[in-house]
Amino acid sequence: MENLAAKYTHIPGWGIDADPKNDPTYPLKHHTDSEHDGYNWERPAQQSQDVEVLQSIERPSLPAVFGTTVAPQGLSGQLRRFAFKYSESHYGHWLPLLLADRVNMVEGLVDDLKQGHIPNIFAEKGWKAEWKHNPLGLVQKVATTALVTWAVVAFFSRKKDKA
Amino acid sequence: MLAMNYRGPRRVRVDQKPYPEIKHPEDAIVRVTRSCICGSDLHLYNGNVPDTRVGSTFGHEFVGIIEEVGPAVDKVKVGDHVLVPFNVACGKCVFCQQGLYGNCHESNAQATAVGGIFGYSHTAGGYDGGQAEYVRVPYANFGPTVIPPDMDPDDAVLLTDVFPTGYQAAEMGGIQPGDTVVIFGAGPVGIMAAKSSWLFGAGRVIVIDEVNYRLEFVRDYAQCEVFNFREMDDPVVFIKKLTDWIGADVCIDAVGAEARGNVLQTITGRKTLLQAGSATVLHWAINSVRKGGTVSVVGVYGPTDNLVPIGNVVNKGITIRANQTAVKRHLPKLIDHIQSGRVSPKAIITHRVPLEEIADAYHIFSEKLDNCIKTVLIPPSARV
Ligand SMILES: NC(=O)c1ccc[n+]([C@@H]2O[C@H](COP(=O)([O-])OP(=O)(O)OC[C@H]3O[C@@H](n4cnc5c(N)ncnc54)[C@H](O)[C@@H]3O)[C@@H](O)[C@H]2O)c1
Ligand SMILES: [Zn+2]
Ligand SMILES: [Zn+2]
Repeated sequence: MENLAAKYTHIPGWGIDADPKNDPTYPLKHHTDSEHDGYNWERPAQQSQDVEVLQSIERPSLPAVFGTTVAPQGLSGQLRRFAFKYSESHYGHWLPLLLADRVNMVEGLVDDLKQGHIPNIFAEKGWKAEWKHNPLGLVQKVATTALVTWAVVAFFSRKKDKA
Repeated sequence: MLAMNYRGPRRVRVDQKPYPEIKHPEDAIVRVTRSCICGSDLHLYNGNVPDTRVGSTFGHEFVGIIEEVGPAVDKVKVGDHVLVPFNVACGKCVFCQQGLYGNCHESNAQATAVGGIFGYSHTAGGYDGGQAEYVRVPYANFGPTVIPPDMDPDDAVLLTDVFPTGYQAAEMGGIQPGDTVVIFGAGPVGIMAAKSSWLFGAGRVIVIDEVNYRLEFVRDYAQCEVFNFREMDDPVVFIKKLTDWIGADVCIDAVGAEARGNVLQTITGRKTLLQAGSATVLHWAINSVRKGGTVSVVGVYGPTDNLVPIGNVVNKGITIRANQTAVKRHLPKLIDHIQSGRVSPKAIITHRVPLEEIADAYHIFSEKLDNCIKTVLIPPSARV
């Protein structure tokens, strides 16, 4: 504080009401004031990069350690790369990522089929547990889906008849 | 090795995946002995967190045995049974130095707002998680903590997130002796927040949810008052009445983005993702806390915008405090609370499921079937 005060002698009253106890983040944060020194800590060793890692444009370089699972690929990967042109405060970042997630789900189905694996979607959704613990709910769900499908099909075939 | 495999919204299965590799001198490989499903996983499971890639493995709450260590690891050794805080934290960056282990700046390439979290999408760093037989654990000199010999691993696994998070929720409330604390959510986090509120000297602890079996559990477990919001015309008026028309001193959001109870919020926040999750509980908390009160938020929301009554935060002079929990900061105190018998976190575990049955386990936890509160997954290699 004394050191800092020397820097601000040109400002009348600088720091006169400073109150270190008025800290809403305590005890979450031990004050070191080292954030005022910027990106200046003794960094851990740098992990070497062996897969594509997308990097937020709000940071100058990769962190010392990063995850390497499921690198961006295919159309979803293109969308993700595009998203990383924008900062985290931008819809241009998050909306393409959400879209990529939906595209990725379809890519996942295609991958499964390519590998000769037909995914058991009912099992993946845990319907066995639904049947065991909430059979009535499951029946209702199936009935509603059937009804909606029937209504949609009926609606569109009626239109076709007219045209 | 077997690992959970995310296939798209509400679709998960277990598949064979490659054994994880040491990628950094401070890495360790941990053989998982128990891992949990968390309310946070539901945001991923529902497809609500951007950059959740198909093929990822979830799981940020796990304990296990160190199988392999990188050349720079000297604080833990092969064979140690460790609990692994959900935060990937370096211990060296400016934020870690200040104890903000949930905000490490050396663990997440994809986003600066959040530190790295195991098994929690690429937005939280792109790490595979612990709902698997093995997992890569970076910064093994800093995060993993040897489980005290007299501690049940079931208690230990709840020290990786749930107990510290409930505790920090109460801590951030700045609870003063005699304060009335209202907690929204009777899930694992809300339950531990209720228990912890007493440790800070609360005068009254009130928990609100819509699921009766959870309310009944927390009423007995944390000796608190409970109310079902489905039985209220207006939760805000209800809480005002309950507090002499003043409002609660502290409100805790232990629900987050998946909140129910308001049609507009549900449509915009959960069904169409026009906002980053439903902000129903933030509304209720901000509007039912007293003037000058504190709202403590541990419920998780997405990274974009929410419809929140910020005007009333100003009008009422409310302090909002929130964070991802800095798990490691709380461990010494919470280990003592467990060893002294003051708190038994493992009492909230209702389901133990083989890892192979993960799809059913997610469905049961998500739909609150079979009176489920907390689910522990046991990998085959830990069952012998
Ligand atoms: N900040 C952190 O570090 C951190 C750590 C762990 C979990 N979390 C978050 O905490 C939240 C709770 O986690 P959990 O494991 O207990 O989840 P959970 O899904 O088991 O519990 C949430 C509970 O909230 C209830 N609920 C829904 N809408 C409600 C409403 N309007 N009012 C009151 N209750 C309502 C649900 O019925 C459910 O019982 C999640 O958002 C999770 O992501 C945060
Ligand atoms: Zn969790
Ligand atoms: Zn750090």
